[in-house]
Amino acid sequence: MTTGTLHPRLQEIADDFLAVPDRDRLQLLLEFAQDLPPLPVRYAGHRDLMEPVPECQTPLFLAVEVDEDDRVHLFFDAPQESPTTRGFAGILHAGLDGLDASQILATPGEFSTQLGLQDLVSPLRLRGMAAMLARIKRQLRDKAA
Amino acid sequence: MAIPYDSAAKFQDYARPEMLVTTEWLAAHLNDADLVVAESDEDVLLYETGHIPGAVKLDWHTELNDPVTRDYLDGAGFARLMSEKGIARDTTLVLYGDRNNWWAAYALWVCTLFGHPDLRLLDGGRTKWIAEGRDLSVDPAERPATEYPVVARDDSTVRAFRDQVEAHLGQPLIDVRSPGEYTGELLHMPDYPQEGALRGGHIPGAKSVPWSRAAAEDATFRTRTELEAIYQGEAGLQPADDVVVYCRIGERSSHTWFVLHHLLGYPNVRNYDGSWTEWGNSVRVPIHRGEQP
Repeated sequence: MTTGTLHPRLQEIADDFLAVPDRDRLQLLLEFAQDLPPLPVRYAGHRDLMEPVPECQTPLFLAVEVDEDDRVHLFFDAPQESPTTRGFAGILHAGLDGLDASQILATPGEFSTQLGLQDLVSPLRLRGMAAMLARIKRQLRDKAA
Repeated sequence: MAIPYDSAAKFQDYARPEMLVTTEWLAAHLNDADLVVAESDEDVLLYETGHIPGAVKLDWHTELNDPVTRDYLDGAGFARLMSEKGIARDTTLVLYGDRNNWWAAYALWVCTLFGHPDLRLLDGGRTKWIAEGRDLSVDPAERPATEYPVVARDDSTVRAFRDQVEAHLGQPLIDVRSPGEYTGELLHMPDYPQEGALRGGHIPGAKSVPWSRAAAEDATFRTRTELEAIYQGEAGLQPADDVVVYCRIGERSSHTWFVLHHLLGYPNVRNYDGSWTEWGNSVRVPIHRGEQP
């Protein structure tokens, strides 16, 4: 896979967003927020084991693991009262969890701008999602080094 | 006004007690015909997760700003927005939101530019309403459209522009951002450019009073005595001062504008909405770094 190609799973999510009118895009984002899996016990209450993402306007922490089959697993911790941030985390989880590192590293940094949300969500928030992706990719590079 | 003011004892100490309502008052007036409640949040999805029954959503980013020019709606745009939301010129508009009413105060300030006559803020905002276990609804409110008149925006009384701030140097300025933003210590993470501004620091002479100091633990405003201790005692402001407040894009400083103007009764307070994202990117304007004004 070459750099800059969206994995089919992420492409499908982007297509879903672009297929519906503006108002429904926020509802779709809310569904991703609601579908974000809860933290496993080993991370619950252990933000010290996770990486903070200060670019998000609300507290968000993430953890990246690679299993023995080289599959990447993503964990996100964001408060319930921050549904937009949870929604972005939910999109990344639904689109990337379980892929291998090279597939995630190939995800374009500007993916957050391909969901048709620019007119609905502030640019600062969208940069928060870009920062989550950038930090996930950096962790994967560090693990591979 | 058609709808009586909230006579809560705490509010009577403020300069303009009519600008606030309590959660109890709002719960009792939710079905008043001439009252509209509007939720304005930092998080664009929070309204969808549950809001005060009947409340309309007023989004700071997509609705109050011009989509192209960095400016607010013009008179025609504001009239269109208010009409769509079912707000008439004589409607009592009660605003509330998340984060100590940060964005609700911003929406109220924008409505002030158009002189909407009866604006009120829900003391304690969304946080207090939910903490008290009051009703929430996930159904988007649909109100019949109104004929809101086109009123020209007045930028001359509560709004300041960059050249006016440059001319104001030496007079009272309040920087309401966090201490780290004020001193200019930015979060410089490798590979992650700091958003917003090319330079860090504050406008020379500005005193640092983070906006959230005006809010108590339960998200309500602090009492007048407490507010005077902060803004007059610590920051040295006087009620007759000509004050300019600013933050990053003018939202947090709207909250402080509300406190100084409506709760403490300062007649001359302007919000510099260009704020640090304009000042910190401008060529050849003076900047101070560090803890000293």
